Amino acid sequence: MLAFIVNRLLQAIGVMLVVALFAFIISNYVGDPINNMLGQEATLQDRAQLKKDLGLDDPAPVQFARFVGEALRGNFGISYQMKRPVSHLIVERLPATLELVFVAATIALVLGVIGGVFTGLRRNAVSSRAIMTISLVGVSLPTFVIGILLIYGFAVLPKSCVHGVHLFGALLFDCADVAMISLPSFGRGDTVDIGAWQSGLLTAEGWRHLVLPGVTLSLFNLTLILRLVRSEMLEVLRTDYIKFARARGLTDRAVHFGHALKNTLVPVITVAGIQIGSLIAFSTITETVFQWPGMGLLFIQSVQFADVPIMTAYLVLAALIFVVINFTVDVLYAAIDPRLRADRVAAGRA
Amino acid sequence: MNADRLRDRLIGAGVRHRWARFRASDLFYSFRRSPTTVVAAIVTFVLIFGAVFAPLLAPHTPFIPASIDINDAFKAPAWTQGGDWRFLFGTDNQGRDMLSTIMYGGRLSIFVGFAAVALAMLIGILLGLSAGYFSGWYESAVMRVADVQLTIPGILLALLIDGVVRALLPPNSKEDYASLVLVIAIGLASWPQYARVVRSATLVEKSKDYVAAARVIGVPSLTIMLRHILPNVMGPVLVIGTLGLALAIIAEATLSFLGVGLPPTSPSLGTLIRVGNDFLFSGEWWITLFPALALIILSLAVNLLGDWLRDALNPKLR
Repeated sequence: MLAFIVNRLLQAIGVMLVVALFAFIISNYVGDPINNMLGQEATLQDRAQLKKDLGLDDPAPVQFARFVGEALRGNFGISYQMKRPVSHLIVERLPATLELVFVAATIALVLGVIGGVFTGLRRNAVSSRAIMTISLVGVSLPTFVIGILLIYGFAVLPKSCVHGVHLFGALLFDCADVAMISLPSFGRGDTVDIGAWQSGLLTAEGWRHLVLPGVTLSLFNLTLILRLVRSEMLEVLRTDYIKFARARGLTDRAVHFGHALKNTLVPVITVAGIQIGSLIAFSTITETVFQWPGMGLLFIQSVQFADVPIMTAYLVLAALIFVVINFTVDVLYAAIDPRLRADRVAAGRA
Repeated sequence: MNADRLRDRLIGAGVRHRWARFRASDLFYSFRRSPTTVVAAIVTFVLIFGAVFAPLLAPHTPFIPASIDINDAFKAPAWTQGGDWRFLFGTDNQGRDMLSTIMYGGRLSIFVGFAAVALAMLIGILLGLSAGYFSGWYESAVMRVADVQLTIPGILLALLIDGVVRALLPPNSKEDYASLVLVIAIGLASWPQYARVVRSATLVEKSKDYVAAARVIGVPSLTIMLRHILPNVMGPVLVIGTLGLALAIIAEATLSFLGVGLPPTSPSLGTLIRVGNDFLFSGEWWITLFPALALIILSLAVNLLGDWLRDALNPKLR
């Protein structure tokens, strides 16, 4: 087990060094840092002086070592566009993204497992078939289109009254009532400061603002987990030990949840872990649709304005998150399923 | 018989022979047996045809300023209140016909999608083929880079490459090269899938007798790779390519929606959705929902074709 962990750790460090090399190349050779800091009108002496101060005269390996050292201390330079240290910007924006990702992951996991168990147990019911068909749509729609459709359905339509008659649920509510159930579609609402962490999870408005972006971000992973749990349930329900449990006269509840569900969860944990990475990637899109002031929105703006320091910092941070998740999942998986340890180490060396 | 002979004289016997062979093939049989696939193929064909021939087929010329009238702005779709039958799907904020802008926009989306897939295929095939053929440190270097790249989601990578390429371009020329930037970003972000598949297929083919025979009679490595091995590994590449086309079209739309793709002056479907999004709250839903619908139908149809091709070419599922 120790050999396995050390092996995986070395691989993770290797990946991070490769990513750091790319980030270094981007930050040093894309755009002209001297021009960006001094402007076009600086004299040649000023340029030479700054070049020396920044250490751009040193050989490339020395510069790379310095880049890695600075990155380890969280220093990625100053944003061209906002003229503030990148690390401050990211620390400010990180809580918003993490809260969004946390809410989306929770929705995906809870509803995905419940829906998967339900459709797995009643595989021929009309409701199950309906859920499966809808889930197919969830997989094939692009994230930003889902966001727009949700905004239209839950923020725009409830407020649209035509001649005092509501288009949407006209029989159930009058206009004033429907306008009240409409959901906010941009920003975070009220936030509460806990030290440096701005949290939207402590106010009712904050939660209301989380609904639409959270659902948008979770939908793809929800369908993925739902389909996975369903197929695993179908597989497990056919096994001998389930038949034996039934023959012993155990209740349906004990069989389904005590025996079957437990055995479907190993692959679900793996997939869920790996998918947290994709949630962070797709949060860039969701944050843009809902003007959510997180890291993803910051990154998109940096791409629009070719703001290199923010782009490199985001690249390194995202890669770090993915590597940590992959490492944790690998170790957890090996801890859960001992058969994998020997093979995995061999495969890693090959 | 006579008709056949006439056709042979007009288009050549080879074409008829190939067509007959195609009609008798397993592939065509499985195609005909699946109604979903036939519908998907027809929809794909109609959409691509409409997009490619947009200049001839579109009812209006939305990107020629002289031909649009600002008085026509914000017209609702023809069948609703306030609609006008000159504009079937309504008009946008500048009075441009939505149907025509969608046709022209789809043209750009499809072009960028095809070009990005072609670039990814080219890089993936070259690297995968050479990595599989010449094993050793070169192979592990290529595959390790592919592995590292696969740990980062494609859309994030495409965004990053997009940003870097834009930073490299001289200022004020970013709009001129927008579609090229997109092709490079999406193409570079998706080559590892092709490289992996081609490499593993090459490893299988390399050990077969026909390759050994070619090597024995002194055929150069490059010729063996391109003329002997490549045709035998193309099947899975086509499957990934078709599924990749749907992904590339969605990636292009996403980047354009995020404002780092095609500019509003030459909009793709994603740009149209982004521009229309600003009018969603004031009730002009058609400006954003029709381009979104076109994007959904296009990607769904291409996806279904790809799924069918994957199952039809997989001998295990027959």
